[in-house]
Amino acid sequence: MSASLDPSLDAAPGWSALSPRTVFTAALLAIIALFPVYSMVTGDTFVLTLFTRVLILAIGAVSLNLIMGYGGMVSFGHAAYLGIGGYAVGILAKEGVNAGLVQWPVAIAASALYALVVGALSLRTRGVYFIMITLAFAQMIYYVSIGLDRYGGDDGLTIYKRSQFGGIIDLNNKTVFYYLCFALLLASIYLVSRLVNSRFGLAIRGTRSNEGRMRAIGFPTFRYKLVCFVIAGAMCGLAGALLANYTNFISPAMMHWTRSGDLIVMVVLGGLGSLFGPLIGAVTFLLLEEGLSRFTEYPDLILGPVLLLVAIYVHGGIQGLLEGRRRG
Amino acid sequence: MLYFIEQCLNGAQLGMLLFLLAAGLTLVFGIMDLVNLAHGSLYMLGAYFAATFATLTGSFVLALVLAVVASLIAGMVLEVIAIRPLYGRDHLDHVLGTFGLLLFFNELVRLIWGPAGRTLALPLQMLTAVKIMPGIYYPTYRLVIILATLAVAALLYAVVMRTRLGMLIRAGASNREMVGALGINIKLLYTLVFGLGAALAGFAGVMQAPILTVQIGMGENILILAFVVIIIGGIGSIRGAFVAAIIVGLIDTVGRAFLPDILRLMISPSAAQTLGPSLSAMSIYMLMAAILVFRPEGLFPAASR
Repeated sequence: MSASLDPSLDAAPGWSALSPRTVFTAALLAIIALFPVYSMVTGDTFVLTLFTRVLILAIGAVSLNLIMGYGGMVSFGHAAYLGIGGYAVGILAKEGVNAGLVQWPVAIAASALYALVVGALSLRTRGVYFIMITLAFAQMIYYVSIGLDRYGGDDGLTIYKRSQFGGIIDLNNKTVFYYLCFALLLASIYLVSRLVNSRFGLAIRGTRSNEGRMRAIGFPTFRYKLVCFVIAGAMCGLAGALLANYTNFISPAMMHWTRSGDLIVMVVLGGLGSLFGPLIGAVTFLLLEEGLSRFTEYPDLILGPVLLLVAIYVHGGIQGLLEGRRRG
Repeated sequence: MLYFIEQCLNGAQLGMLLFLLAAGLTLVFGIMDLVNLAHGSLYMLGAYFAATFATLTGSFVLALVLAVVASLIAGMVLEVIAIRPLYGRDHLDHVLGTFGLLLFFNELVRLIWGPAGRTLALPLQMLTAVKIMPGIYYPTYRLVIILATLAVAALLYAVVMRTRLGMLIRAGASNREMVGALGINIKLLYTLVFGLGAALAGFAGVMQAPILTVQIGMGENILILAFVVIIIGGIGSIRGAFVAAIIVGLIDTVGRAFLPDILRLMISPSAAQTLGPSLSAMSIYMLMAAILVFRPEGLFPAASR
């Protein structure tokens, strides 16, 4: 299934229909697709709830991977879009607008607009400046949300009614919500695969490896990168809208800068610049977090050094490990 | 007017604190090309060290000295064990690795000192207020922070500009390979610079500890302000960090104090009430955006970049 989604990877060395990577990805997708069945049979909804969150954050990671993995733009402010998307839903719900067909487009549009402004400013710089500036702007949004007294300020805001879709899609139904998130995740992976293999995507990837050369052959690289940045922002805004519906609650904490760090970790852990890497990373990271917190009272004492070791020794994340790549 | 002067002093105090953090960050970035997200953890460690040493020795000054030394050692050990393999890597690897360190340190502090915050008591003679102008009193300790930090800034300047170590630091910032080729132990130099940055962060943590609660994650939000300072000042420039730190400290503090009132003059009070806190929180980021538009490299771009 994944092979058909990314033709460019077909040509990569070691890629065949039955490489460990393909088998692993296909198995993972099958397992994810079957969780609701498992829950129905056993009556255990915990896995379903946990994996709904995994799928939502995976959409955020997929969008971050679009700019970071393919575009080389290391954004450290991606959680801001989760917050903006979430607050769009929460604020509209508080003001009495519950229609999902209003809430979600507003969430996407607001995130895209923020991405446009932040991108236009921060894409003037590169490298470590870009990292710090996206971080700083996300922190600004974080503080702005704390200042929103009407919408709960620091304490956050409870959403009493999930987004309504005229009775056709009922988000209160766990299975429906789960499959909706799964479908949107697959749709966003498909969108990214179409994007990165289009002329637009090739220009973006070319800019990543050598921006000067791309400009020399006549590509307005700034505009390409900005469009890419805005698409990623809009996509993550949708994830934010889902997240608000998932938790029935929004608060500034959902865009604290360490949440942006979590998203980066997911992308790098799964494998930078690979289609299914962000999903694998999100599954791994959240399961690791969940598992460690059951096993010990101090999960980050283990998680932290693991991340450091990944940064030092593992090249290409889990996708890279599956291919047997390692850093010398 | 009285209130304004007080707020300006508070702003200067925040600025000096930011400078201590930003100087370490910018040194480490300028010389080792390393993005260090765990810098705020060293600030936190400094404060916790001081709280512990103050309990053990009963003396604030002794606790300060011991905590700074402990931060220096912690920084150098950290550099040798965890930071060294990250040199020369992609910035993304730095982000991932030092983010892991940040999580680790928060948890380590929770393990050692417990989840509850600590306080660091001041000596009694610091709890007074000084008359700085007729009719204006200002807490002694806050003045001490400003003066002590100024002294450290001067010392840092002297070390960087007047000593052999400083010469090597400056040389390392402009051409790493050449310094190594000339037979300088570049590894040791890196360890020392990282330790210096850690000591500065630790010092900042200790000085701030009596004003705020010593708690887990105390270094996280201030780290981002330090990033803003570096962006405005120009990465790798200590002078830029100094100027930008004062600007950011003043604008943030004075903005928070007066912007809601100024807004009230222009728009309806209820709207000002709503917008005020949000807008004043945005002020320094607006400044950063403006600087980016006009001077993308910051106010004092380092010559080598």
